[in-house]
Amino acid sequence: MFLQWQRSSSVTVGLLVLVWTPLFHSHVCFSKQRCGVIICRYSTVYDPTEKVSLFIRVIKTCKKMGIKTVAVHSDVDSSAVHVKMADEAVCVGPAPTNKSYLNMDAIMNAIKQTGAQAVHPGYGFLSENKQFAKRLAAEGVSFIGPDTHAIQAMGDKIESKLIAKAAKVNTIPGFDGVVKDAEEAVKIAGEIGYPVMIKASAGGGGKGMRIAWNDEETREGFRFSSQEAASSFGDDRLLIEKFIDNPRHIEIQVLADKHGNALWLNERECSIQRRNQKVVEEAPSTFLDPDTRRAMGEQAVSLAKAVKYSSAGTVEFLVDSKKNFYFLEMNTRLQVEHPITECITGLDLVQQMIRIAMGYKLQHKQSDIPINGWAIESRVYAEDPYKSFGLPSIGRLSQYQEPLDLRNVRVDSGIEEGSDISIYYDPMISKLVTYGKTREEALKKMEEALDNYVIRGVTHNIPLLREIIVHPRFVSGDISTKFLPEVYPDGFKGHMLTAGERRELLATAAALYVAAQLRSQKFLGDLRVSVVPAESRQWELCVELDKGVHMLGVSRSGNNYTVEIDGEKVEVSGEWNLASALLPLTINGKHRTLQCLLRTAAGEITLQYLGTSFKLRVLSKLAASLSKHMPEKVPEDTSSILRSPMPGSVVAVSVKPGDNVAEGQEICVIEAMKMQNSMTAAKAAKVKSVHCKAGDTVGEGDLLVELE
Amino acid sequence: MNARGYSVNHPSVQERIEKKRQAALTGGGQLRIAAQHKRGKLTARERLELLLDPDSFVEYDMFVEHRCSDFGMEADHNKYPGDSVVTGQGRINGRLVYVFSQDFTVFGGSLSGAHAQKICKIMDQAMMVGAPVIGLNDSGGARIQEGVESLAGYADIFLRNVMSSGVVPQISLIMGPCAGGAVYSPALTDFTFMVKDTSYLFITGPDVVKSVTNEDVSQEELGGAKTHTTVSGVAHRAFENDVDALLNLRDFFNFLPLSNKDPAPVTECHDPRDRLVPGLDTVVPFESTKAYDMLDIVHGIVDEREFFEIMPNYAKNIVVGFARMNGRTVGIVGNQPKVASGCLDINSSVKGARFVRFCDAFNIPIITFVDVPGFLPGTAQEYGGIIRHGAKLLYAFAEATVPKITVITRKAYGGAYDVMSSKHLRGDVNYAWPSAEVAVMGAKGAVQIIFRGKENQAEAEAEYVEKFANPFPAAVRGFVDDIIQPSTTRKRICRDLEVLASKKQTNPWKKHANIPL
Repeated sequence: MFLQWQRSSSVTVGLLVLVWTPLFHSHVCFSKQRCGVIICRYSTVYDPTEKVSLFIRVIKTCKKMGIKTVAVHSDVDSSAVHVKMADEAVCVGPAPTNKSYLNMDAIMNAIKQTGAQAVHPGYGFLSENKQFAKRLAAEGVSFIGPDTHAIQAMGDKIESKLIAKAAKVNTIPGFDGVVKDAEEAVKIAGEIGYPVMIKASAGGGGKGMRIAWNDEETREGFRFSSQEAASSFGDDRLLIEKFIDNPRHIEIQVLADKHGNALWLNERECSIQRRNQKVVEEAPSTFLDPDTRRAMGEQAVSLAKAVKYSSAGTVEFLVDSKKNFYFLEMNTRLQVEHPITECITGLDLVQQMIRIAMGYKLQHKQSDIPINGWAIESRVYAEDPYKSFGLPSIGRLSQYQEPLDLRNVRVDSGIEEGSDISIYYDPMISKLVTYGKTREEALKKMEEALDNYVIRGVTHNIPLLREIIVHPRFVSGDISTKFLPEVYPDGFKGHMLTAGERRELLATAAALYVAAQLRSQKFLGDLRVSVVPAESRQWELCVELDKGVHMLGVSRSGNNYTVEIDGEKVEVSGEWNLASALLPLTINGKHRTLQCLLRTAAGEITLQYLGTSFKLRVLSKLAASLSKHMPEKVPEDTSSILRSPMPGSVVAVSVKPGDNVAEGQEICVIEAMKMQNSMTAAKAAKVKSVHCKAGDTVGEGDLLVELE
Repeated sequence: MNARGYSVNHPSVQERIEKKRQAALTGGGQLRIAAQHKRGKLTARERLELLLDPDSFVEYDMFVEHRCSDFGMEADHNKYPGDSVVTGQGRINGRLVYVFSQDFTVFGGSLSGAHAQKICKIMDQAMMVGAPVIGLNDSGGARIQEGVESLAGYADIFLRNVMSSGVVPQISLIMGPCAGGAVYSPALTDFTFMVKDTSYLFITGPDVVKSVTNEDVSQEELGGAKTHTTVSGVAHRAFENDVDALLNLRDFFNFLPLSNKDPAPVTECHDPRDRLVPGLDTVVPFESTKAYDMLDIVHGIVDEREFFEIMPNYAKNIVVGFARMNGRTVGIVGNQPKVASGCLDINSSVKGARFVRFCDAFNIPIITFVDVPGFLPGTAQEYGGIIRHGAKLLYAFAEATVPKITVITRKAYGGAYDVMSSKHLRGDVNYAWPSAEVAVMGAKGAVQIIFRGKENQAEAEAEYVEKFANPFPAAVRGFVDDIIQPSTTRKRICRDLEVLASKKQTNPWKKHANIPL
């Protein structure tokens, strides 16, 4: 995920993993001395959530292999999930990265002190630091992951393309060098043929990337891309290649050892993307036939060999509708979507990486690599899918429950209940993987898993994921990287209810309302004045949904409710546990899991149904009829003005006029009573004006910032 | 003439009863009802219908009429059966409650002697039976035609408000104007709720204000729901409209015991009492100057994340309200680090004190979450009397004999540590989280005093932090009973409440105590 390269992050977490007294089972055999693996983690590059989840993943495999692990962390990260999971933890310094995670001496000390024999560097700085690699080698400590040479060669788009071409890998027709100026760009574009893609050599994730359909757009694109590339990567070199319209994004997992052997572990279909970031992946692809698969696999392996690659890596291809495939780039780390490959091949990639780092030869032959069943991965993000298929949202995970009680469901995450999703983090919550013997089975399981996934406190993209996996085009395998904009040309609007589904939803809300009403009459203990509950077996209710008003008749027998809507009957039954986040119900004989997100005294009920949350209001017939007298209110908009809630001094202002801020994003920090109070935006908006600066003293009610 | 001396043309008693009943049910008549609806307000009877369980309302004094004979009031068309208030008793979720609902369609809901007498009757009975009183206020004020009789009526109600105080819960819901002397009845009750945009509370209206102080102020600014829930602290909460307010009042009523003779109510609970709350282990930030939301802790611990906050928009540096633990009503008090660092000032002390006293009066256990850096310094506070107002909270916690459970989540500094339901004020169970710091003040300030003018302040500060910025100094002295893992807090509190349910503690006999008002 290249987008995260631009995300500057002040959040850092470190991890060092080491083998203590290995218990050797499985296939790995270490020497009897103390040996170890260290994982370190650095700021600025990849998102911490993704890193934490990788480290957790590594620790789990180490545990299986009998390898003891040590986490390296800074003061502030001592309670991170992976730090708690590791067998030992070593604090390498205070929060600032240069005093902890970037402090090579402290880390080398930690390695010595714990007798670690191997290091997993995570992503980022140290993983590519030659000096660190040298110091490790001098101490006889193994480094898990490809060597720095391969990372650097594959990290540069121009160089990697040249290497690929030399290794006889299909590359996208285009110019294989740096383009000097706009006119040269036009000339090259003419030779390749429109449309063309202009992209930054150092870039990724859509930054510094432009598509041009004619000469004029090429000139313009060149100018913008080079500016963007310069500001984003400090490197304005550009290249031009043929733009493949409406392609699929399919990648091959490779595994290579230090002895020149390499394998391909089949493909992953990653075409469902938004803004060049993957959303839903699956393995295998519905699109590839065995011949294409083999051809792609063999080319991927030959590229790996060409760069003397060792460890696990991914070769990404664009595949057009005629099954022509073109090399896109090689990813030199364990990718987010690696679990689906593990599911269908039965290999533990982390285990393989550790073996390779220890200098073992590959265990398997190409013919040993199977495709068993089907695996789907959904990336669960803290994002609002109703805005451009996902704009980051932030908050505290007030409730969080992964659907781990379901079979064939795997969740890789680095967060837990209570975690803060802040602007400093990548918004990924987890990768949710389901497995089935067939694709249909895996997809069915994914529906169930998404319905049973409890996330409260941040907006998340489950509505979108739940819609994608049941969309007829997706189900039939007719997808491309343009899937989302094509299927939802006006943006994602949530699940569109059919008449039957609407009745189910209304009936559930009504039954839930009655269950709650009945419970509120149940008082326990000895009562001085007896309770006289209103005896009723019949309720007439009025339920509002999307401005539609429905009169419902509800009757109850035990836990079973019969709801009559417009002459149709809906039977709803369940446990009606009003404290549970999940509502497992049987509606008209079908099993459904809904979630109750909100239930107020005034009858508001918000239900998550088929992934999407729906706001309803349930009122008694009387309350509904009296509601018509209630005045309509225009809500006063105070969200665009931020005032100081107390007297204090401004410690920092995090925005400037023209900035776009997300809802809940920090705007400035006010210190009062030696406590820092973070002032946040009440809505997503552009900053209109800033009326304070760091060091100012402000009074209560003083205007701080105005939003548009 | 028949044998009983009535004219055959005269309606029978039965017919007259029926006629009067019908007249009482229509109040001030269809036109005035329509006008009431047009203002976005419900009628007195509609309100009671919505507030009470279906068919549970038992009305008293439907035939009472005013007794004024001046200014043409004696005319038949000026007599309304029941006068300008509807009174009686009914049930909310099956539990008994006495109610009165002022009828704005009859003489603008103004208070006549008869009106007051009706209210007094149900208040007297509520006291004898031991059941709460809910008043739905919608009245233009005194019945001017009646003069002193009306004033006497107010005083009769005030006296009963005072006598009932601490005996049965009293709730006022302001659903229209409430001005002049009338405001003192809601002020004497335990809780005053308002309806946004349609209710006002003030001693004198904008016109009088203009003539006396020459201030220009609108009704809404002077005494609307926003003013009283954010600025004055007169009202405890405001609701969107009549329907919203009444439905919420039903919900709120379930938290309250019927009287001071009853224990806090226990309802059926689906939330496991031994539920762990993993999110609490990370809720307090590592840096001790960083803020967090105390409501995250409250929501995590209580049943079903349900918390009925009292005065949510006033003195936000303290959080108070009702919740349930394993079904049993509890009162929650918590410093709010997110607002003004959670310090105690005049307003938050008074807000907290009144809430604590209500809980104590009505057998509701109090759970206190402490993260307090101290009392707010400054001339504004000192001149405003922080000493005497702060003392109220101290007083309230000290005199309370209900079960008191305290959790120190982070800072408990200075006098504020003592105040916040500390062991020294008879806290029954006092816990500290590992992040707790109980000390006289923060490290920096302390070192500046202890080592004034000396070098090595940084070293001294580190020593102070090492010694005091942790729960041990309090724990080794037994001032906290245990240092607990935050995620186990719910489980422990539920267990403690079960044990403390039979707690008996009495204060020395006195006529009444003398809280520093």
